[in-house]
Amino acid sequence: MAHVATLILLMPLVGYLFVLANGKGLSERAIGVVATGVVALSFVLTVVAFFLLLGHSDREMTVHLFNWISVGSLHVNAALLVDPLSITMCLFVTGISALIHLYSIGYMKGEKDFRKFFLYLNLFVFSMLLLVLANNLLVTFVGWEGVGVCSYWLVSYYFDRDSAASAGKKAFLYNRVGDIGLLIAMFLLFHATHTLNYLGIFHAAGTLSPTVATLTVLALLLAATGKSAQIPLFNWLPDAMEGPTPVSALIHAATMVTAGVFLLVRMSPVLAMSPDGRATIAVIGGVTAFVAATIATSQKDIKKVLAFSTVSQIGYMVLAVGVGAYSAAIFLMIAHAFFKALLFLGSGSVIHSLNGEQDMRKMGGLAKYLPLTFPTFLIGWLTISGIPPFAGFFAKGDVLTNVFEHNKPLWVLGIVTAILTAYYMSRLFVLTFRGTERFREDTHGHDPHESPWVMTLPLVVLAVLSILGGLINLPWAHGRSLAEFLNPVLGYVPHVAAASTAAQWGLAAVDVAAAVFGLLAAFSIWRNITESSRYESSFLEHVWHWDDFYDATIGRPLTEVAVFSDEVIEPKVIDGAVTGIAVATRNSAEGLRKLQSGFARQYALAMVLGFAVIIVYLVARVH
Amino acid sequence: MNVPAAWYLILAALLFGVGAFGLLTRRSVLIMFMCLELMLNAVNLTFVTFSRSLSDIAGQASVFFVMVVAAAEVTVGLGIVVAVFRQRASTSVDELSGLKG
Repeated sequence: MAHVATLILLMPLVGYLFVLANGKGLSERAIGVVATGVVALSFVLTVVAFFLLLGHSDREMTVHLFNWISVGSLHVNAALLVDPLSITMCLFVTGISALIHLYSIGYMKGEKDFRKFFLYLNLFVFSMLLLVLANNLLVTFVGWEGVGVCSYWLVSYYFDRDSAASAGKKAFLYNRVGDIGLLIAMFLLFHATHTLNYLGIFHAAGTLSPTVATLTVLALLLAATGKSAQIPLFNWLPDAMEGPTPVSALIHAATMVTAGVFLLVRMSPVLAMSPDGRATIAVIGGVTAFVAATIATSQKDIKKVLAFSTVSQIGYMVLAVGVGAYSAAIFLMIAHAFFKALLFLGSGSVIHSLNGEQDMRKMGGLAKYLPLTFPTFLIGWLTISGIPPFAGFFAKGDVLTNVFEHNKPLWVLGIVTAILTAYYMSRLFVLTFRGTERFREDTHGHDPHESPWVMTLPLVVLAVLSILGGLINLPWAHGRSLAEFLNPVLGYVPHVAAASTAAQWGLAAVDVAAAVFGLLAAFSIWRNITESSRYESSFLEHVWHWDDFYDATIGRPLTEVAVFSDEVIEPKVIDGAVTGIAVATRNSAEGLRKLQSGFARQYALAMVLGFAVIIVYLVARVH
Repeated sequence: MNVPAAWYLILAALLFGVGAFGLLTRRSVLIMFMCLELMLNAVNLTFVTFSRSLSDIAGQASVFFVMVVAAAEVTVGLGIVVAVFRQRASTSVDELSGLKG
């Protein structure tokens, strides 16, 4: 087991090092095969580890690699924690990564930096696995930063484009703000429990004072808002769509952006100590889900719609964490990874077929030209909208049922968000695949072409997973569900009387009604038009002017300070001090140089006089 | 005949004063050197005087050090004087003010 877990982690690193060491000698095909192969192998090993873990009695194993830091009372080992949560994460991370690697071979074909792309992608998978498999916060932090830097490199992959370069910087800076939260949480926990080891922290979680617990939870929430693009740090994710589409699918939809949710779930025993902290988490999640969904209704770029949809869906996950429904959060995370990766890869296939066009106003009527992309995208669309029996219905239903039990206002917000979700996804679907053909200009009059098999195969696999994903956690399957599997590692939250079966059916009916309502609304509005000032308010299109707000409150005042420093402090204070010292030195030297007359006898006289003064002094002192 | 120590000290002070006066008033480097030697030896005389009156051999030992240092100093000094003389054909210190501020 120990070797298997280590190999899961090391395979992507091996692939990275192999491609790195082989320089530019490898062909595109070889690079693609190696990079995809190692991740696929990692997935196979994870499946093996999963079954080994099922056979294990206590289902919790620490794999010690080496002693990393040992200073005073701080002892940090590089070690892995294999438990149901980390294995669940590994399963979908490696599985989806493998599919997206495969897809990338086709999508990135002929790109200038093909090799670099796969290097970063492999390094990303390694960092992500390190993040989820770590047995202490510090190793998680290494993975956390690793995925952050890979995200930065991949967002600004087309760095010769200004927008991509600045989007990468934006993503990195927003993430840094969140990282401070994780560091503070580590300091607080180490101060209170004298360990960074997860099991040690969980063991001591009961002794945390309410203040420390709440502060820690809020710091963790800050970390999660940065990495998982939640209010107030969500603005970077839409800009991150400047990266290649497989990157958007893998990093900015399926895996990395869910790291924040994973962190919160991982720390659930600490969350359990702070009801206030959890309430804040729930509100942040619910509001983010709603705000992002409203923004998604007015975006014109197909990837931007999906980006805000991702923010909104992660909002649902955070909301679930906030009400203590950790397994529902993980369930939605997995289902979301399936259908959002599917939607992103599908949109990538669409963009590929239209020679890079991303504006939905220039699409339309693509259904008959893309015989594989269209049906798979259709499944993705129905799944995210929450139509039964696809995975999204069960996952979102699980979250909303739990929210209903704990917090009615947030549940209403969740239902409104569900309507909006169905609405904006249907709008995207209609504008892209139905209606009139508006793409001829981009394709120079040709028919769009379907993508090669390496790109469509992942679509098909993900579509199947989106259809069947709900099976892992059916509400009526007790004992053999994801929730049951995860339960031992999740923090305890005081239980509210579970909804009765009738109530559950009722809630499910409300979910479906919301989805159908959003669907029908979108179809009736967007059947014949491609843009509408009435349904696409510029307020929503400009992201609630959120960036402008940051610009006005943070960006511009800081610019003012910088300008002030440049125009006043630098020339007057700093230069003034330097010049002042120089002038003072020169002036005093001007006076003193007169003493240096060049007449040796004058010096001798000075010496004799000085000597006389000393003698007089000594004699006077004696008497 | 036993000469009191004070006489030696008065002699030494006179010698030192003569040396110092000469050093300050003469311009020739060579004369200044001689005055310097006079001052050094005046100090040597006080060393020896005190050595005898206090029965401490250390004072006489110091005199040897002073002599050695003085010899070395004269060697270097005269070397410089010769070098300067070759350059300027003069031994007047007042003309050697090239390093004045």
